Amino acid sequence: MTFFLGCAGTETGTMKRVRLLLAAAMAFCCATGFAARAQEEGPAFVPKIPDRQSWSFAGPFGVYDTAQLQRGYKIYREVCANCHSMEDMHFRNLADPGGPEFTEGQVKALAAEFKVTDGPDDNGKMFKRPGRPADPFPRPFPNEQTAKLANGGAVPPDMSVLAKARSYEPYDWFPADIGYALWSMLTQYQTQGPDYISALLQGFKKPPPGFKIEPGQNYNEVFAAGNGIIAMPPPLQDGVVQYPKGPDGKPVVPETVEQYSKDVAAFLMWVAEPKLDYRKQLGLEVMIYLLAAAGLMYFVKKKVWAKVHA
Amino acid sequence: MSGQSTYVPKNALAKWFEARLPIGGLMHSSFIAYPTPRNLNYMWTFGGILSFMLGAQILTGIVLAMHYTPESSLAFNSVEHIMRDVNGGWLLRYLHLNGASLFFAAAYIHTARGLYYGSYKSPREVLWLLGIIILLLMMATAFMGYVLPWGQMSFWGATVITNLFSAIPIVGDTIVTYLWGGYAVGNPTLNRFYSLHYLLPFVIAGVVALHVWALHVAGQNNPTGIDVKSSKDTVPFTPYATVKDALGLVVFLLVYCWFVFYEPNILGDADNYIQANPLKTPPHIVPEWYFLPFYAILRSMPDIFFIPAKLAGVMAMFGAILMLALVPWLDTSRVRSARFRPLYRPFFWVLILVCIGLGYIGAKEVTPGRIVVGQILTAYYYVHFLVILPLLGLIETPNDMPNSISESVLGGNATAVPAGAHAAPERKG
Ligand code: HEC
Ligand code: HEM
Repeated sequence: MTFFLGCAGTETGTMKRVRLLLAAAMAFCCATGFAARAQEEGPAFVPKIPDRQSWSFAGPFGVYDTAQLQRGYKIYREVCANCHSMEDMHFRNLADPGGPEFTEGQVKALAAEFKVTDGPDDNGKMFKRPGRPADPFPRPFPNEQTAKLANGGAVPPDMSVLAKARSYEPYDWFPADIGYALWSMLTQYQTQGPDYISALLQGFKKPPPGFKIEPGQNYNEVFAAGNGIIAMPPPLQDGVVQYPKGPDGKPVVPETVEQYSKDVAAFLMWVAEPKLDYRKQLGLEVMIYLLAAAGLMYFVKKKVWAKVHA
Repeated sequence: MSGQSTYVPKNALAKWFEARLPIGGLMHSSFIAYPTPRNLNYMWTFGGILSFMLGAQILTGIVLAMHYTPESSLAFNSVEHIMRDVNGGWLLRYLHLNGASLFFAAAYIHTARGLYYGSYKSPREVLWLLGIIILLLMMATAFMGYVLPWGQMSFWGATVITNLFSAIPIVGDTIVTYLWGGYAVGNPTLNRFYSLHYLLPFVIAGVVALHVWALHVAGQNNPTGIDVKSSKDTVPFTPYATVKDALGLVVFLLVYCWFVFYEPNILGDADNYIQANPLKTPPHIVPEWYFLPFYAILRSMPDIFFIPAKLAGVMAMFGAILMLALVPWLDTSRVRSARFRPLYRPFFWVLILVCIGLGYIGAKEVTPGRIVVGQILTAYYYVHFLVILPLLGLIETPNDMPNSISESVLGGNATAVPAGAHAAPERKG
């Protein structure tokens, strides 16, 4: 009972003391960690650890939310595709089961919005034509050099597997780091990628006082790789992408940076792991089959060995 | 022990064949009638599990190889092509990727089992050495396999590890040039690693055959470590060991499939989903989890007199495996099983903890504190094998041991075994 009360805000004396102790321990660990860093590289940038979010595709029974993937695709198409490629994706994939599941007709139309380089033709010339479902998504920049030139020296990374290519360690002290790893494994926590992307898109904050930033650079509170400095300008603002409207003429979900970030992160997770729905569905069947087999083998083994254990 | 073949070919064709190549008799005496100690526990199911995993890696690997492109500018995308466009490709690749991890988990448990129950002692030294050779070959295979998807960790892991060989005096640089096929890790490296990655598993299969042969000459050890003395101590392989192995395997598959279907990437490094970039070193280069204890030992070594730290690290790392190979001669105790060795038992568990600790240190970025911890653990690892193990056998008083395996199972009531228990299944075979 005291436990529930404690949670409700009326902490008992012991709980308070435990919390204080924990806080002090953490403060100590952090302080010593910071001190060590500060000596090396001046005033330290401490990246914000992305919050753990709830995703429809998390957990053993999680599946993608089709409407969310469709919204996410719209954001990719209208915003991110200006700078980021997605080479392993084909337009046809947009119709795949367990994806945004656009209809064949929609996919044809969506593909035709892009201009694709084809050729050479009979005259030996390359030419442009509207995209077809079988085409891969075209790259926004013809080569790395152009991409660098247009983006202040940084190449916008390809988005095919980006959502699987980012992770972070929230704790760097023993035994919290091990505990976190084991806990993630037990609870199947695998959405660090989308958690990170959505936090990054919302992480364009005012730099703290004294933080030096060159023109053309941007401050981002979660971008650890660049010590807080990222070449990507904040790509999203409230209202830049129109969402589908409900019967009342208002968008069904809010047109905010927060919502955009989540939707595009979910879309990028699908891009990186398009077979996730099917994988988990098949996994369930396999697990049931194996459990049944294990049960059966258990009894067979018992029966066979009964004679020997006489 | 494999001599007593009771196999009788059932039809004329089998008889004709058996007279010319008695493979049926070999199979029968090895996997049907083969007498196994009656008291084996589930730690003895890992041999079967390992054989299964080798087969699974070879099968998934062969199909992956049909779709994979070993060229440095195409490899990364060819793996993604397998994941997206090849029917069931994602399943094959996740089975292969997690299969490597589970293969190592099983191999480490299998080895620890041997250490605990003294399975390396006479007459099983050759059996044990063959096991160590398999472990080394597995390491080489997995290391080269990890390079194939050509991600950042593939590339930089390969760079760090191959560079180590340059520490070898005089011939080091030449060896590294041959490993690389040039002056840096690149396309030629990828090609030769691919070739060897395809080859080595079949070499492993060959050594496994020798391992099983040696096993069937010496006979299986058992949890008491006492030799088999009479047929009362054993049961025929089929059905007794077969059903037990099958149950163990199914439970193991549950764990394997948990990873494959629910968290296929959790044992790996996210950086390996970034294509290799020779110009950009990742901030934190770590090998796969199964190499971490060795990696920690490698990084722990300081300069020792005229030996530079790098060479010392390489020596310590390979020395760690050498220690395992030497165990049969370092252990002076006459008693095999830790069950009857009151002093060895706690030291065994400390060693396991030390290995886990080394794995932890190997996973973390180096700090002065962690280096010291790594050095202490490394030192302890060596002390265990070079000092504790030889000494224990001399000072330890073993506990009382039962007279035979059947006595340990049936509590001194060995004569009460129904005689039909062994004979019946053999008739079926
Ligand atoms: C104006 C071009 C531009 C647009 C538009 C853009 N990006 Fe970027 N993005 C970049 C550049 C440049 C980088 C590389 C940043 C660096 O390395 O400093 C980048 C990097 C990223 C990264 C990787 C950060 C990391 O951890 O390395 C993510 C994730 C990302 N962008 C997501 C998005 C999303 C989602 C959108 C669409 C909503 C988007 N970007 C739109 C230019 C752009
Ligand atoms: C001892 C058995 C084996 C082990 C431990 C092993 C281990 C590995 C590992 C760790 C990878 C990297 C997986 C990744 O990160 O994607 C890999 C990749 C690969 N292996 Fe193996 N392997 C074994 C046998 C084989 C065999 C027998 C073949 C071929 C006949 C093979 C073919 C491949 C191919 C083509 C790849 C690249 C595709 C990929 O990266 O998924 N493997 N292997």
